[in-house]
Amino acid sequence: MMKFLVLLVRNRLAAVGGVLLLVVVLLALVTPLLPLQPPNVTNTADRFLAPFAPGHLLGTDHLGRDLLSRLLWGTRLSLAVGFAAAMIAATIGAAIGIVAGYFGGRIDNVIMRGVDMLMAFPYILLALAIVAALGPGLMNALIAVAAVNVPFFARNIRGITVGIANKEFVEAARLAGMGHWRIIGIEILPNVLPVIVIAVSTTIGWMILETAGLSFLGLGSQPPVADLGSMLGEARSALITNPHTSVVPGVMILVIVMGINLLGDGVRDALDPRLRSGALTRPMPATTVARDTVPAPRGEGVLDLTELETQFHVGKRIFRAVNKVSLTVAPGECLGVIGESGSGKSVTALSIMGLVASPPGVITGGRADYRGEDLVGMPYDKLRSLRGDRIAYIFQDPLATLHPLYRVGEQLREAIQVHHRVGRAEAWGRAVDLLRSVRIPNAENRARAYPHELSGGMRQRVGIAMALANEPDIIIADEPTTALDVTVQAQILSLLDDLRRERGLAIVFITHDFGVVGQLCERVSVMYAGRIVEEGPTRAVLDAPAHPYTRRLIACVPELGQGRRRLHSIPGLPPPVDNLPDGCAFAPRCDKAQDACRRCEVTLDTAGARAVRCLYPEEDLSVQGGTA
Amino acid sequence: MGGYILKRLLSAIPVLLGITVIVFAIMTLIPGDPATAILGSYATPENVARINRELGLDKPVVQRYFIWLGNMLTGDFGTSFSLDRPVIDEVLERFNATLVLAGTSFVLCSFFGILAGVISAARQYGWADKAITFAVLLGISIPSFFLGMMMILIFAVRLQWLPVSGMYAIYGGGGLVDLISHLTMPAIALSVVATGVIARLSRSAMLEVLRQDFIRTARAKGVGERRVIWRHALRAAMVSIIPVLGIQAGFVLSGAVYIEIVFQWPGVGRMLVDAILTRDILLVQGGVVFVAACYVMFNIAVDVAQSLLDPRIRT
Repeated sequence: MMKFLVLLVRNRLAAVGGVLLLVVVLLALVTPLLPLQPPNVTNTADRFLAPFAPGHLLGTDHLGRDLLSRLLWGTRLSLAVGFAAAMIAATIGAAIGIVAGYFGGRIDNVIMRGVDMLMAFPYILLALAIVAALGPGLMNALIAVAAVNVPFFARNIRGITVGIANKEFVEAARLAGMGHWRIIGIEILPNVLPVIVIAVSTTIGWMILETAGLSFLGLGSQPPVADLGSMLGEARSALITNPHTSVVPGVMILVIVMGINLLGDGVRDALDPRLRSGALTRPMPATTVARDTVPAPRGEGVLDLTELETQFHVGKRIFRAVNKVSLTVAPGECLGVIGESGSGKSVTALSIMGLVASPPGVITGGRADYRGEDLVGMPYDKLRSLRGDRIAYIFQDPLATLHPLYRVGEQLREAIQVHHRVGRAEAWGRAVDLLRSVRIPNAENRARAYPHELSGGMRQRVGIAMALANEPDIIIADEPTTALDVTVQAQILSLLDDLRRERGLAIVFITHDFGVVGQLCERVSVMYAGRIVEEGPTRAVLDAPAHPYTRRLIACVPELGQGRRRLHSIPGLPPPVDNLPDGCAFAPRCDKAQDACRRCEVTLDTAGARAVRCLYPEEDLSVQGGTA
Repeated sequence: MGGYILKRLLSAIPVLLGITVIVFAIMTLIPGDPATAILGSYATPENVARINRELGLDKPVVQRYFIWLGNMLTGDFGTSFSLDRPVIDEVLERFNATLVLAGTSFVLCSFFGILAGVISAARQYGWADKAITFAVLLGISIPSFFLGMMMILIFAVRLQWLPVSGMYAIYGGGGLVDLISHLTMPAIALSVVATGVIARLSRSAMLEVLRQDFIRTARAKGVGERRVIWRHALRAAMVSIIPVLGIQAGFVLSGAVYIEIVFQWPGVGRMLVDAILTRDILLVQGGVVFVAACYVMFNIAVDVAQSLLDPRIRT
């Protein structure tokens, strides 16, 4: 609650709204005490006095009545009527909603059908029908406005009640033999009350406006008593000659409604946890780059990452997701990057083409060279022209990564047309060819399917076809088989392997599964807490892992025909990357850790084709030399 | 597709029946005596009895409902006593004018609301976003009838750019140009609040969509930012924007009542208010049922549009 209030006050606009409202409400409350002229006494000699006339601060209306006095009394009336309507609507609506939600079944069905019917009306028609039946008058307008809003409350409160009615404590009360009405009174009502209060606070401005509207139409408060709406309605006939009589009540309505809106927005923002951390920001077209120094290029493979650093800046916390990662991929090579979730392997992959969501992601150092050109910090247009053309991605969950509302053929066609000037028909033909090349049967028809109409394996084939669309040099596959079942996974892997051999593709394969790496990759890099802890030829690493983490990761893979072997898991979790321990990040989970491991940073020591970041490696690589 | 439309049309039948029951119940069960209202000071017992017989008020309630419903189904909404003409003729004529006004407003608020929302989201926290957010706040706070009056004051009286009120000029009026010049102010005044609401919703819907994985896929393909926003993101965001357009259409229709009064627009809203003030019950009944029925049909059209847009809900 305190947190909520703090958030509310910190929201400057909400505070402004709150102050505006407070002033208006206070004025309305003390109106009878103020030395005002009587609001309803006419004095035709003083008709239409302009504002700041002596004795009449805001001037007078068409009957010579003091506008300031009428304004304050009118405000008082409008606020009171709006408040009363909100209270009535909330009480009746909540009662209906609780009964429907608590009893459920047929009662619920009948009530909610009725509510749906009422909501089928544009609200004013219902209000007009009620006023027509009851006759014009402020009381009747109030009833009409309250009645029109009952369905809104009923529906909201029913939803909340249904959730609560199935909770254990209600069940317990029922088993204890409590009567229905007692349960509603003791268990349900206290829990829905906050929701009712919020619903009232967000609709009360609306109700004030609606009653003012009916009064404006001459169907609400009747002369000589006036609320803000009827003041405006009466002033309308003198709009052209004496606009101030209209402006005065109109501005007051505007102030009240704006105050309520500002405050309501603030309340909503403070209550909605998603907005709290400012999480609802859109990612920019490319990841923000903020590098102090740029390391020299290495110029070894088709893709070289050199001391790449990517961080997430959330509030004051800095998450070092990728911490000086260097990788090299040779043409036609398949490099596996492996690690648990949270190890930074996906962020590394996305950093290459600036696809890390930003904010909060920032590339803070290092470089990523494609054929000697630094992709990090490259002008957006140039980066875009390489995306999907020379370096393509395959993502994990193809249901979420394909656009749900476009046919897969169209999505493939777009991938081609973004980079090549080809006609629609030709591009479509190529799209179908692509689907065929990833062994989708009946490709002409499948091209016209929407993603949700395909199976998971088929969708991932579409994802692969999309990556192949422009015959790229490099494919970055970010856990492409994780969401698939094992047989489909095997098919996809062999497909990727064939394509690589046929087309001489370089593949960076991100995964958490050493089994997959063993099948596909020539070399592997193991990541932990944003760093590379071991790398080397896949066979050598699998046969003789040097880092304790690698050894335990390999032990996680079940092997066929060896069902009796114990399946190991690594106890504990990877450390949060905003608060890394000194020294080796794996030390807290490592059974071989010594004091020295925690003392200072451990370097990645290279020996021939292999490298390991460990003071006490499982295998002494320097002895083995480059033989592995 | 045809099956879906048929299903939605059939599901509208109970709603339409419900509407007639509600309107009939409000008009019938609430105390009040139409005969006295019609006759005013001529309400002698004999006259009251005669009117009651003419209106069929001497029959049992349930029977009266079915007679009324049956008549409406054959297009007979009764006769307005204050206008002395068939209710349906008057309603149709007035509804036409309302349709021009509310339809224009609806197009305006949909177009500019979505446009503003998308720009706001695409330029999140930029100056355009801030300007739009502020304008939206102002827009949703100003009562449409007050805004209409201020517009008359500024654009019709001070600047004399546009006519003060009415649908056509009284002398030598008619034609599209005349209609547009009369329509401009009321249509804008009516659309402002809905524009604000739609802009707000479109902004958050776009922000929601722009965080989704398929947007990242589009960018990874090399799709340009403009296309990402206007094709990929907007198309997906429309799924949550369209239902709001349907709801806002109801608010535009409601707001038309005030705007028709302010601008002397000869629409169904003004007719209803006049009918209430003269206690012309049959006219109110007929008008409310007719407009509500049209609104229900409009919402079906919205559902169909939604299903055209989103292949996932068609089946």
